[in-house]
Amino acid sequence: MSERAQRLLEIADDELVLGWRDSEWTGIAPFLEEDVAFSSIAQNEIGHARALYELAARDLDTTADELAFDRAPEEYRCAPFVELRLLDWADTIARRVLYEAADTIRLEALKADPDPELAGLAAKMDREEVYHRLHAEMWADRLRDEPRFRAAVDSLWGQALGVLEGELATVLADRMPAQLGWTPAQAAPAPRNGHSDGFRALWDEMTMVRRSIPGASW
Amino acid sequence: MTREAEFKEYVQGGGQVETGDWMPDEYRARLVKFIEMHGNSELMGVLPEREWILRAPTLQRKLALTAKVQDEVGHAQLIYRVVEDLGKPREQCLDDLVSGKSKFHNVFHYPTKTWGDVGVIAWLVDAAAIISQKALLKCSYAPYARIMKKICWEESFHILHGRDVVLTLVNGTDEQRGLVQDAIDRWWGPLMQFHGNPIAADSDPMVEWRIKSQANEDARQQFLDGYVPQIWELGLSVPDPALRKDDETEVWQYTEPDWDELKHVVTGHGPKSQERLDLRRRFRDQEAWVRQAVLADAA
Amino acid sequence: MIYEVFRQERKGQAFQHAGSITAPDDAFAEAYAREQYGRRQESVALWLVPRAALRHVSDFPDELQKSYHRVDGYSLKAKLKEARERAGTAAPRDR
Repeated sequence: MSERAQRLLEIADDELVLGWRDSEWTGIAPFLEEDVAFSSIAQNEIGHARALYELAARDLDTTADELAFDRAPEEYRCAPFVELRLLDWADTIARRVLYEAADTIRLEALKADPDPELAGLAAKMDREEVYHRLHAEMWADRLRDEPRFRAAVDSLWGQALGVLEGELATVLADRMPAQLGWTPAQAAPAPRNGHSDGFRALWDEMTMVRRSIPGASW
Repeated sequence: MTREAEFKEYVQGGGQVETGDWMPDEYRARLVKFIEMHGNSELMGVLPEREWILRAPTLQRKLALTAKVQDEVGHAQLIYRVVEDLGKPREQCLDDLVSGKSKFHNVFHYPTKTWGDVGVIAWLVDAAAIISQKALLKCSYAPYARIMKKICWEESFHILHGRDVVLTLVNGTDEQRGLVQDAIDRWWGPLMQFHGNPIAADSDPMVEWRIKSQANEDARQQFLDGYVPQIWELGLSVPDPALRKDDETEVWQYTEPDWDELKHVVTGHGPKSQERLDLRRRFRDQEAWVRQAVLADAA
Repeated sequence: MIYEVFRQERKGQAFQHAGSITAPDDAFAEAYAREQYGRRQESVALWLVPRAALRHVSDFPDELQKSYHRVDGYSLKAKLKEARERAGTAAPRDR
C-alpha cells in the first residue's frame, strides 16, 4: 500500500469512527439545539471520511464504501482516542475540544503538503472545520470552571496526544494550555497501534447490515 | 355575540391568530395539547431510527439517515418553541413526556427490526405524517402554520430517501425484497391507525377552531390514494385482503383498524413505549447538570 | 434567552423573520441559528436579535379621513373632462 494511501486511511478512519461515535448522541444530547448542532458535526466528520476514502480508493482500485465497511477490524488505522464510547457529555465535549485542536494541527500540515490533491482536500475540510472550532470554543468557554470537564480533559489528554505524531504532537502539547485556560495533567501519548476493547463491538454494529448480505447494493 | 363566538367566526372565516392576541381558553388549551403532541412525536420518532444510523450499510445512507433524524430533532425544537410562547415551558413538556402524562403518535411506539424498516418508515410513515402536516399549513394559529412551512420543506427529502432505499432493496436480492415486504406487513396496521379514528369534520372541535383543517378519514384516504398504487407497482402486497378502491364511490375500502390497539398504544402500552421513554429519562437526568451550566442563566 | 432570527435567502432580498431559538449567549445563538436556518445553505445571511431588544408596534388609527396623502384621495376624471371641453380638446367619447 502506498504511503499516501496509508496516510489517507489513517485520517479517514479517525474521522469515520469519531463521526460514528458522535452520531451516537443523535436524539439524546442535553438539549435540542445542541442535538442538531452536534449532528452536523458528526455528518461533516463522516463526509470528510468519505472524501478521504474516495481519494484512497482510487489509489487502491476499490470504492470508498468498501474501504469504510469491508475491511477486517485489525486493518483499521484509527487512533484509540476516537474509538472510546463516551456517553457522558463532559467526556464527549472534552474529546471534541481536544480532537479539534489536534485535527487543526494535522490539517495545517496537510494544507502545506506538496501533493496538490491532498492539500486541496485539506483546505476544503479546514473550511468546514471552522464551525467545529467555533462550537468547541463556545463549550470550552462555558465549561472552563466545571470540575467534570477539567477531569475529563485530564483523563483524555494522553489519548489526544496519540492522534498526532512526532513534531505535530509537540505543537499540540504547546498550544493546548493557552486554548484551555489551564495545563492538562501530564500524560504519556497513547500509541496508535492496535485497538481498544470496544472497537470490535463498534465494528460489529457498524457492519452488521452490510455483512448480512455480502456484495449487495444498499 | 360573545367574545368567544366572535373569535370562532373570525378563525372560521380564515382569520389568523398571533401569539399576543386574545384567544379563548379552550382554543389555547387545545392548541397547546395538539402542538405539544406533535413535538413529542418528532422527538420520540428519533429513537426508532437512531440505531440504524450506526448500522447504515453505506456512507451515503449513513449521512442521509443522520440528516433525516437531525431534521426531526430540529422540528421538535421549532415546535416546542411555539408551545413555549403559548405559555408552557419546554422543560415542562419534556417532564410530561417522560412521565407519560402527555402522548406521542402511535407509530413511534413500535420496534424497528431490519434495514427494510428504515426504508418503509421514511417512505410510508413519513408520507402519512406529511399529509397531516400539509393540512396544518392552514392552521389558524399563525406561528404554528409558519413553522409547518419550514417543516414541510425539510421533509421533502425524507420521502425521496425512503423511496430510494426501498427501490434499491426491491431491485436487489430476493432476501432484500423480503426485507421490504416484511416491513410493510408489520407497519401496515399502525399506518392505518395513524390518522386517528374517523370523526366527521363538523363534529371535530379541532376543525371548528380551524386548528386542523382536514378530517382524519380524508387524510387516510389521501394516504391510500397516493401510496397503495406505489406499493402495488413494485409487486409488493399490502396485508389487508379487503383493501380496494370502490370504482363508483372512489373511496378506499379496508378492514377496520383496531382502534383499541391505537388507544392502548398511545397511552404508553406499545411494545417499545416504556423502553424509549426510559432512555429519554435516563439521558435527561444524566445531563441535567449541562442544562444548569449552560441554560440556567438563559431563563 | 430567546433570540429572534431573521434570514436573507438571497443577496439583495429583504431579511425576513424566520423564527426563534433559545441560547445562553451570542456565541451559542450564532451556532444554533446557523444550524436551524442555514445547514442546507438555505440562507445567505442571518440577523440575530435578543427578543427583549425587539419592540412590537401595532395599532395604527385612521379615524378622520386621511385620504389626502394617499392615491385613493384623488379622483380627477370629472375635472379632466371639464377642462378638455373648455379647451375644445375633448375626445368624442367625452361629450
